[in-house]
Amino acid sequence: MRITCPLCGERDRREFYYYGADDYLRRPGEGAAPAAWDAYLHLRDNPAGVTRDLWYHDMGCAAWLLVERNTVTHEVLSVRLASEAEEGAA
Amino acid sequence: MRYSGLKVITEGLFGNKGWGPAWRSPEPKAEYDAIIIGGGGHGLSTAYYLAKNHGLTNIAVLEKGYLGSGNIGRNTTIVRANYFLPGNSEFYSHSLKLWEGLEGELNYNVMHSQRGLINLFHSDGQRDAFVRRGNMMISQGDDAILLDRDGVREHLPYLDFEQTRFPIYGGLLHPRGGTARHDAVAWGYARGADRRGVDLIQNCEVTGIDIENGRVRGVQTTRGAIRAKKVGIIVAGRSGQVAAMAGMRLPVESHILQAFVSEGLKPVIHHVISFGMGHFYISQSDKGGLVFGGDLDFYASYAARGNLPMVEHVMEAGMTLMPMIGRAKVLRSWGGIMDMTPDGSPIIDKTHIDGLFIDCGWNYGGFKAVPASGWCMAHLMATGESHAVARRFRLDRFATGHLLDEEGTGSQHNLH
Ligand SMILES: Cc1cc2nc3c(=O)[nH]c(=O)nc-3n(C[C@H](O)[C@H](O)[C@H](O)COP(=O)(O)OP(=O)(O)OC[C@H]3O[C@@H](n4cnc5c(N)ncnc54)[C@H](O)[C@@H]3O)c2cc1C
Ligand SMILES: [Zn+2]
Repeated sequence: MRITCPLCGERDRREFYYYGADDYLRRPGEGAAPAAWDAYLHLRDNPAGVTRDLWYHDMGCAAWLLVERNTVTHEVLSVRLASEAEEGAA
Repeated sequence: MRYSGLKVITEGLFGNKGWGPAWRSPEPKAEYDAIIIGGGGHGLSTAYYLAKNHGLTNIAVLEKGYLGSGNIGRNTTIVRANYFLPGNSEFYSHSLKLWEGLEGELNYNVMHSQRGLINLFHSDGQRDAFVRRGNMMISQGDDAILLDRDGVREHLPYLDFEQTRFPIYGGLLHPRGGTARHDAVAWGYARGADRRGVDLIQNCEVTGIDIENGRVRGVQTTRGAIRAKKVGIIVAGRSGQVAAMAGMRLPVESHILQAFVSEGLKPVIHHVISFGMGHFYISQSDKGGLVFGGDLDFYASYAARGNLPMVEHVMEAGMTLMPMIGRAKVLRSWGGIMDMTPDGSPIIDKTHIDGLFIDCGWNYGGFKAVPASGWCMAHLMATGESHAVARRFRLDRFATGHLLDEEGTGSQHNLH
């Protein structure tokens, strides 16, 4: 698998660190119920098909990336900077 | 039909005409007392123990493909009871005891071979951790022997003891650890369940779970609707999708794990060996193939094949540890879909829906668990109570903080 970093271009999978589903972009607000924290940290849709997850360009520009890809075919559909993804967006 | 040596001889003398299929292929009934979704190792052992231990025989196992088409037929077959944490340790200990009686129990040769498992260590810190683990295993009633460098050399003279990058300090030997024939375990439980009246229904994919007023009523399948007041979800890598049919999100992310097998060789590796530096483990099958693997590819995936970086890592680790295997040719590699939980431990529990139970989160270690998981899941489905050795495998433990983090790396999806 190769991922095209918006800053560095197409790079080998080895350069990237996988963090997890884009649930991590939806951090509960202060005072949120414990159930919201459980959903944020642990519960996952875990789709077989298109998913969106966060990767870190560890051996490149050190940017956090929001990658849209297919978990069944390993096809990468789009890559954006996580900082440009709307906070709280699904 | 009982299998025996005498039966093999008489069948051999009379043209092998007396063998029948090992189980029936029944049409699904309109209703059962209980339904198991998933005909992998855990689903089949659950069905077997529901019938055997609890007298529940009006049950069906619904399998979307053929029996044993999932991870039960794709794993590297290591069976061990070397866990550290209370909660895990008594469970895997129970499982190993069931393994030790399994062939007699099932009247089936599962080729369980207690050839001994050696976990190597490569630093003082790692040795101390293995000493603690060994003590825990012994206090659980299982076996562990600490080997120093010469002790390891006696068992495994072919390791590279000269290299200085990852020097071999010693190993923890678990003599009762070993391997078994994975397909045979599925087939043995399938045959045992069928003989007790369980309907094994293949090519029957569950597409929906019917729930009314918070109670499960049955399932929708590619072979029609089937009613049942109790339903167990036991679908390993597919747990997320099937739970979604009941409106649930699970603390599970599916990842890919690869394995490799070499061409058949004469007996050379007599144990199961794991390398403590870089993820690598190896054993030799009874057919002669070297069976080996490493870590996850480390990202969510449902592709039953992996990526090259992990292939390279596994080969490098193998060559570092035992250069002699460099001349063997790799015959095949494949991947399986692993139901990973944030803390790396499994779930056997009720759900918030009455009559709906779940057994999942086996990560990359669910083969050895097949007997005890079935035993405990059957106990839960029949009595409504968790079995004593599985009582910590709670679905809500991530919310409540009662984690079972065996590796001590933290409760996060990408860490186990
Ligand atoms: C490469 C590899 C190496 C491994 N090595 C080891 C090891 O050395 N030791 C060890 O202990 N463990 C090991 N494991 C882990 C072990 O194989 C799994 O944890 C275990 O097999 C999972 O349980 P199972 O057998 O019930 O799963 P499976 O065999 O995957 O069973 C699940 C079944 O559910 C069916 N299913 C899914 N969705 C539906 C549906 N909607 N309707 C009907 N049926 C459905 C599937 O078709 C499948 O047959 C390894 C796994 C892999 C991939
Ligand atoms: Zn970059």
